Amino acid sequence: MADVYINSNFVGTVDDINHFVENVKDLRRKGSLPEEANIYHNSEANEVRIMCDEGRARRPLIIIKEGRSLLSEKHLKQLEDGEITWADLIRQGVVEYLDAGEEENALVAYTEEELTPEHTHLEITPGSISGIATALVPFGNFNQSSRLIIGSKNQKQALGFYAANYHIRMDMDANILHYPQFPLVKTKLHDVTDYDEHPSGQNMVVAIMCYDGYNMEDGVILNKGSIDRGLARSTYFRPVKAEELRYSGGLVDEISIPDKDVKGYRSEKDYGFLEGDGIIYPEAKVNEGDVIIGRTSPPRFLSSLDEYNLSAAIRRESSISLKHGERGVADFVFITENEEGNKLVQVRLREERIPEIGDKFTSRHGQKGVTGILVKPADIPFSSSGIIPDLIFTPHGISSRMTISHLVELVGGKVGALAGRFVDGTLFDSESEENIRTELLDLGFRSDGTEVFYDGRTGKQMLARIYVGNMYYLRLRHLVANKMQSRARGPIQLLTRQPTEGKAKEGGLRLGEMEKDVFIAHGASLLLKERFDSDKIDLPVCEKCGLVAVEDQYKNRKYCLMCGEDIEINYVEMSYAFKLLLDEIRSLCIYPKLNLKNKY
Amino acid sequence: MKADQEKLLNSYAGKIPLSVLEEIKENVPGTISKEKFQEVMDKCLIAYNNAKVHAGECVGLVAAESIGEPGTQMTLNTFHLAGVAEVQVTTGLPRIIEVFDARKGIKTPMMEIFLNKPYCLDVEKLRKFAATIKETKFEEFVSEYNLNIFDQNLTIKLNKELLDDNDLTVKDINGIIKTKVKNFSVSITDEVIVIGLKGKQDEIKDLYALKEKIKEVKVKGIKGLKQVLPVKRGEEYVILTAGTNLKDVLALSEVDSTRTVSNDIYEIYNVLGIEAARQAIIDEVYKVVESQGLNVNIRHVMLVADLMVANGTVKGITRYGVVSEKASVLARASFETPLKHLFNAALEGEVDNLTSVVENVMINQPVPIGTGLPGLVTKMK
Repeated sequence: MADVYINSNFVGTVDDINHFVENVKDLRRKGSLPEEANIYHNSEANEVRIMCDEGRARRPLIIIKEGRSLLSEKHLKQLEDGEITWADLIRQGVVEYLDAGEEENALVAYTEEELTPEHTHLEITPGSISGIATALVPFGNFNQSSRLIIGSKNQKQALGFYAANYHIRMDMDANILHYPQFPLVKTKLHDVTDYDEHPSGQNMVVAIMCYDGYNMEDGVILNKGSIDRGLARSTYFRPVKAEELRYSGGLVDEISIPDKDVKGYRSEKDYGFLEGDGIIYPEAKVNEGDVIIGRTSPPRFLSSLDEYNLSAAIRRESSISLKHGERGVADFVFITENEEGNKLVQVRLREERIPEIGDKFTSRHGQKGVTGILVKPADIPFSSSGIIPDLIFTPHGISSRMTISHLVELVGGKVGALAGRFVDGTLFDSESEENIRTELLDLGFRSDGTEVFYDGRTGKQMLARIYVGNMYYLRLRHLVANKMQSRARGPIQLLTRQPTEGKAKEGGLRLGEMEKDVFIAHGASLLLKERFDSDKIDLPVCEKCGLVAVEDQYKNRKYCLMCGEDIEINYVEMSYAFKLLLDEIRSLCIYPKLNLKNKY
Repeated sequence: MKADQEKLLNSYAGKIPLSVLEEIKENVPGTISKEKFQEVMDKCLIAYNNAKVHAGECVGLVAAESIGEPGTQMTLNTFHLAGVAEVQVTTGLPRIIEVFDARKGIKTPMMEIFLNKPYCLDVEKLRKFAATIKETKFEEFVSEYNLNIFDQNLTIKLNKELLDDNDLTVKDINGIIKTKVKNFSVSITDEVIVIGLKGKQDEIKDLYALKEKIKEVKVKGIKGLKQVLPVKRGEEYVILTAGTNLKDVLALSEVDSTRTVSNDIYEIYNVLGIEAARQAIIDEVYKVVESQGLNVNIRHVMLVADLMVANGTVKGITRYGVVSEKASVLARASFETPLKHLFNAALEGEVDNLTSVVENVMINQPVPIGTGLPGLVTKMK
């Protein structure tokens, strides 16, 4: 006897457990019970759990009866001819979905050959152990699982053709790859998921070799000639938004070119791109500081009197302009209303992104790398047949990571390019490497994929033959253009007088706690002081009470708030952050007296 | 060693530490000429002076970083010695933290008992000895308790076999029980102890409480040694124990008291004194560092240990220990619980002379270390 639960609620008991469980399964397969229901007999807890609620991850399996698959040749034929669909297979009880619980009671075979009478289910394909993104890695079964995971993660970051309606969308940080291609070495999942509708990479000629040191430590070397012809080129889109917010008292923002007497008016030149409606015209080339959408807002704090004489003079400028380091072309202007009914203006900026040093590239095998140099086509190594690689990948990346699939894809791609066909690299179900190599031999190349290469600069033949072929390479969305930043001097925070943080605010690079320790450990005491001088200040301090005194430069007088004017005041150099600390200590009702004395 | 060489050697007494002089004495051949020996001594003096830490060298921070950086790697690969026959010991970062914090009541107290001659070589003798020092409680010999409500008594049945294994007789037990159980009537007949109520006012509740109490009574062995395990170390056998009692163990004549150690720093401090505690800190930390395959110079550990024992008691690197000894209010406040330190400083009217590193970093003044240390003094005429 076992307890029975439906969706974790106790409903009763059954005596003949096995019969009951089998019965429920049968009814489900026949269609009397919903296909979503799953039943699980937990023999340890002696309970039967029927689940039909939401939120369970389930996966399809072929049902096995007496050691034989219910999916017959007839079904396959019908499927091929389009007479039946997936839904029909489920309806006929050939395929069913199991959840994590019911899987506990199932014995699943990977292949039809290993079926025994004990088996209850059969995998549709052994490749179904992986998810969609992982199944997009060709020859994945040649790899460590960890590399597969990295490979599938990388693919999600690849630039591509993410949506056909991208030109009327307002996506944040959208990238479109120019001339995306379908991979020469594909998997069945590429067909199933219509990868040719939204590809995200290009087939490149890849040589695995060193070229000076420019591809060491996961670098890649790109051929400048290929780049100039449009390889891996992409466009970056980013919307700029402005809203006409409503404030209390019937006041609203106004999107327009601000009047000259508005508080915070910039120069006339800054508004130069705006049309009469206060919005930039399309195809305007904008740089940092240029106003994209002109806007004025009502003043922040209104006293009751001010409400009656609202003039333009007290309105404040709140235009949207490009931040530090941003540039682009106004691509598309979009005027609409948001949920609250406020006027909403969006301007999409567009910028062409040509691959440059520091851009990130990867194959589909977790072999990502950063561009180390763009080499002139004349200097690129060439093969005896005159082929020059688009990308040079380092051989040191292979040995430690053991991504054999990377190497197999390379020959696979070579065969695909030479024979003019696609090569299948489906997980556990790929074309055999041996066949690929014999085909390569038949095409007139060495079966090991290597070719004689010559140094582009000297023309001398290289000592080793170079492993070269075609690979599907992805450009990842981490572009240097979005990240590069430097600062010598710049804005500071109001509170601490220390440099701001982050690229958008033109911030400084922090010399942190541990870096500070390095200076101290080195004994570079004065250098450390200089590095931390960003918020240094010479403070007047009253000799008598040891508090910060006041220096009134307009009236040219110095006095102490405690002791009055008749007092000796000295200047002490300290960090502004420390002055803040003293203030905070004072706010705790503690008197932090500075005892001044000569340092020496 | 000739007399004139000896004389020359002794003339270096103040300049080179004794241990180094001893080493020179041991290694220099006696046949060496005086000039050669002078040369050796000169070179040694130069080498010794070169090896000294320079003034203004930031030894503390370097030690901290040198221990701390490998420590970050340790967290990731702390492995457990599961299933190994030895006593389970805390190792890795948790152990280092335990030692540096100078915690009382460590997670896995442990002793390594070395034994004198006949015992350390003979397994049988050693086994017997090990059994005698293991703390054995009364409950281990009990096969059955019976709390009889009608007769208002507690019947305890002993396990004869176990008693024989431990060379104990019912009589021994009787003696122990009698001393521990008062205000109750105790009668012992072969293997069965019957404890009854004496006064009328006592309740069965008291019998139950007595039963729980009596379980914990020590029958034999040394208090605290919960587990003993003879282990072979090279040629000889040693006893590993879970639980420590250094004082009582060292008192035993079978024990080699020069080598026996506990891993409880406080216990060592109490039994053997502060210098032993210092050495124990160094040994315990270095043991972990070595077991993790890390390369930390022992001098860094020694410096930390010195700091911990500097004022004669063991102080941990915590806000209650070493840090609370810092002279500067700002330095203390920047470590942990800043408000507490600021308030206390305000109450006492403490003056911070800004003589150390942390407070000078805070106010952006040169830190008195390295280039920040020297100042110029001019003689005024």
